[in-house]
Amino acid sequence: MWLPRPVTWALRCAVGLTLAFIYVPLLVVVLNAFNPDRVSTWPPSGFTLDWWREALTNQGALDATLVSVQVALCATALALALGTLASFALQRYAFFGRDAVSLLVILPIALPGIVTGLSLNAAFTAMLGLDLGFLTIVVAHATFCIVVVFNNVIARLRRLGETAEAASMDLGATRFTTFRLVTFPALRSALLAGGLLAFALSFDEIIVTTFTAGAGTETLPIWILNNLTRPNNAPVVNVVGTCLIVFSILPIYLSQKLSGTASGGRF
Amino acid sequence: MTLTRASAWRCAAVLTGIALVVTACGTSADDEASGSDEAGDPAAAFEPPDLPMLEEIGAGEGELNILSWAGYAEDGTTDPNVDWVSPFEDETGCQVTNKVFNTSDEAVSLMQSGQYDVVSASGDASLRLIAGGDVEPVNTDLVPNYVDIWPFLKDRAWNTVNGVNYGIPHGWGANVLMYNTQEVDPAPASWSVVFEDAEQQDGRVTAYDSPIYIADAAMYLMETEPDLGIENPYALDDDQLAAAVDLLKQQSESVGEYWADYTKEISAFKTGSSTVGTTWQIIANLAKADGAPVDVVLPEEGATGWSDTWMVGAESEHKNCAYLWMDWIASPDVNAQVAEWFGEAPGNSKACDLTADPDHCATFHAGDEEYAEQIWYWTTPIEQCLDGRTDVTCTDYAAWTQAWTEIKG
Amino acid sequence: MRTPFSRRVSAHLHRRPRLRLWALLTAPMFWLVVVYLASLAALLVTAFWSTDSFTSEIVRDWNLDNYRLIYESSVYRTIIVRTLAVALGVTAVCTVVAIPFAYYMAKVAGPREQKILVVAALMPLWVSYLIKGFSWRILVGENGVLDNTIGATPGFGTAAVVLTLSYLWLPYMVLPVYAGFERLPDSLLDASGDLGAKPSRTFWSVVLPAIFPSVVAGSIFTFSLSMGDYITVDIVGGSTQMLGNVVFDNQVYDLPFAAAMATVTVAIMVVYLRLVRRTGALENI
Repeated sequence: MWLPRPVTWALRCAVGLTLAFIYVPLLVVVLNAFNPDRVSTWPPSGFTLDWWREALTNQGALDATLVSVQVALCATALALALGTLASFALQRYAFFGRDAVSLLVILPIALPGIVTGLSLNAAFTAMLGLDLGFLTIVVAHATFCIVVVFNNVIARLRRLGETAEAASMDLGATRFTTFRLVTFPALRSALLAGGLLAFALSFDEIIVTTFTAGAGTETLPIWILNNLTRPNNAPVVNVVGTCLIVFSILPIYLSQKLSGTASGGRF
Repeated sequence: MTLTRASAWRCAAVLTGIALVVTACGTSADDEASGSDEAGDPAAAFEPPDLPMLEEIGAGEGELNILSWAGYAEDGTTDPNVDWVSPFEDETGCQVTNKVFNTSDEAVSLMQSGQYDVVSASGDASLRLIAGGDVEPVNTDLVPNYVDIWPFLKDRAWNTVNGVNYGIPHGWGANVLMYNTQEVDPAPASWSVVFEDAEQQDGRVTAYDSPIYIADAAMYLMETEPDLGIENPYALDDDQLAAAVDLLKQQSESVGEYWADYTKEISAFKTGSSTVGTTWQIIANLAKADGAPVDVVLPEEGATGWSDTWMVGAESEHKNCAYLWMDWIASPDVNAQVAEWFGEAPGNSKACDLTADPDHCATFHAGDEEYAEQIWYWTTPIEQCLDGRTDVTCTDYAAWTQAWTEIKG
Repeated sequence: MRTPFSRRVSAHLHRRPRLRLWALLTAPMFWLVVVYLASLAALLVTAFWSTDSFTSEIVRDWNLDNYRLIYESSVYRTIIVRTLAVALGVTAVCTVVAIPFAYYMAKVAGPREQKILVVAALMPLWVSYLIKGFSWRILVGENGVLDNTIGATPGFGTAAVVLTLSYLWLPYMVLPVYAGFERLPDSLLDASGDLGAKPSRTFWSVVLPAIFPSVVAGSIFTFSLSMGDYITVDIVGGSTQMLGNVVFDNQVYDLPFAAAMATVTVAIMVVYLRLVRRTGALENI
């Protein structure tokens, strides 16, 4: 749309500054991945690839990444199932307490992580007597990932309407067939976009995870937390950070393509 | 919200019902809530839960989860030449996972999860762990190296309750004063540089981020304000605590940041964000190795410190490995390595012959019982005054924790 | 699978909408209520109890001491106010930064530029929170990047906390605002211009009110994530304390008190969510 030239240029400046704001800290991380100093400072005192060599053989980092991926996959799967069910219920039906339910779905992500973490920790250890570990992390992550999927699916459901499904059933399909052949394909991209965002949320989550992980399980953020405080390991963390920056382009690009519109799905 | 009134009441009723059910199930097993105050010797102010101790060591379980202070269980990752965990793993087959904690509060919290087998507890954590049933009595007969531990470290109030030993002494040391040699000139000899003269550092003073640091202020007041009548910095009545809190509030105006994890202090001194403050010897050593212009001094007013004990988790599933570790870390050779790396006095009397620096024990006054008695080891403050006063109630750690929040503002 | 069984079930369900609703809702409700709400309630109930001061075990004697302490003690009031101020500050900074950026992305940029910008804005979400936080420590620290390049730095403290938190939560604000701008029809803006409004007038009178719900939706995240944060404060906050720190510091030793502080956070967020609901922003998350 048309805007006077100075306004357009002012906007371009703002965008440039914002991009600088976003990427300068990431640049610092990348530079420190090559900094021979044990405790990251500025300016970097040299250039070395030693930390990269160490990172590639660091079993802790690799194990932690694997655990994080596993946790995120499980949590995302659960969130997809529960979020889709909930969004169908809230979009297609009117019932008492509908608003309360939608508030309840948002609550895990709207309340500060420390509250969620503390409550789940108390519930798992004191009330249920469970050992903290992989399962408890998955449960915690799934809880706040539900809303991410929920929002994507419900937005798509609003756009879809019910006519296609009604037509399918008029033509003789059962509900299950209709879901399989009509509804699900229409939802697929929203599910994938929501799933990707849920995965990202779970992959990077630290606060709730520290309360629900226990001693034996280390997700990547916990590994980072443990190693940022050890002098020789802190630079390896920067290497991991650099890798994350590079590898993150792929999932975001994917979610972009899948969401249909350029808004990358909403959450 | 468009809830009808009826449905809102229904919601509330359901939620209250849940809360009541949950309450009935309870949020913690506190039926054996000990800690009822009994008069008498402060060290036995509680009845520890009756837990059995190991009678004999079997085969190692193949795994060991250690909860330790930074620098106590080095496996070569901080410095490739500093490693006493890998030889342990090779010899006993117990694969070690080490979790480092920053304050005694963290140690108590983590031990309560029951997932750690052995912990290096300072005096301000050990009694809480014993009282809470998180650690069990240690059978010192099963630890051959126990006999060589300095006698004055055995059977002390922080590791022995009612004659029952709860751990193997590790070593002890003092919280010393670290200063930037370029910014703090001349070299300080008194803690006044972080108290009265703190303003001279332009907001670059640092202090240990734990309520136990209040004892440091109280210890300073013992010298500078003797009228307050403080005999033991861990036994503070309300007035004495208030005086210490005032001193610390004044100090906090000059504090740039408080440190709990040691890399933070190293980086702060390296960049110059902090120029003076309390520290552990290992931090100064690492900072110096990284090129920071720092030095340490033990000021004239004395120091607080720690005397650490290795304790076995009551719910540990690897108690054999735990005992093997305690014997390992208490052995003269390994104890010497730890003591030198961390910068403390070793607990094993034979370690002094094995330190790389022949003067190490002399520098740290190992074996000097008189000197050791002058350090105010971290102890949990309790209501019964630890200095023996019976006419007043002293402030307990809960009061200190709240005071600490107030101090930081 | 057109077996008679599935057809029978489907027909059965078709006639009973309530049953369908129950089938859909049971699993998520069970999860959210039993797993989440119950544990939340358990924590909040703890706030009415106290601890044995030595063993730090919970003693179940009902009292209001924790809340009374929060109310009476000035330091906790200060901390609560400071936390609210930081949360609002972060929301404000995120809003101011996100609006021009999102506007450009939605209205001015070409399709390819749009895709690149969206990827660029979302990428930090995947980089670990801790790594970004520590990077800011190097940025604002003494002799850090800012100090060395522009000679001035806010240093560790509340300002650094606001900056860092704004940085961390910016993507959460950009996304809904961008979606909001996308939904805003160009024709509306053209019409405003046709009616004689200068671009600035259009901005204040047409654009801002239209995206207000999206801004509010984004603010839910920035506000709540800032309210409970304690890690960033630890990294760049110097000696600052926020609500999250008080909860975290006390959860070991005095869980009931930590729970009471946590309740304060929950109460603030619930109030915020109710206010937000009125603006209709919850549709726009």
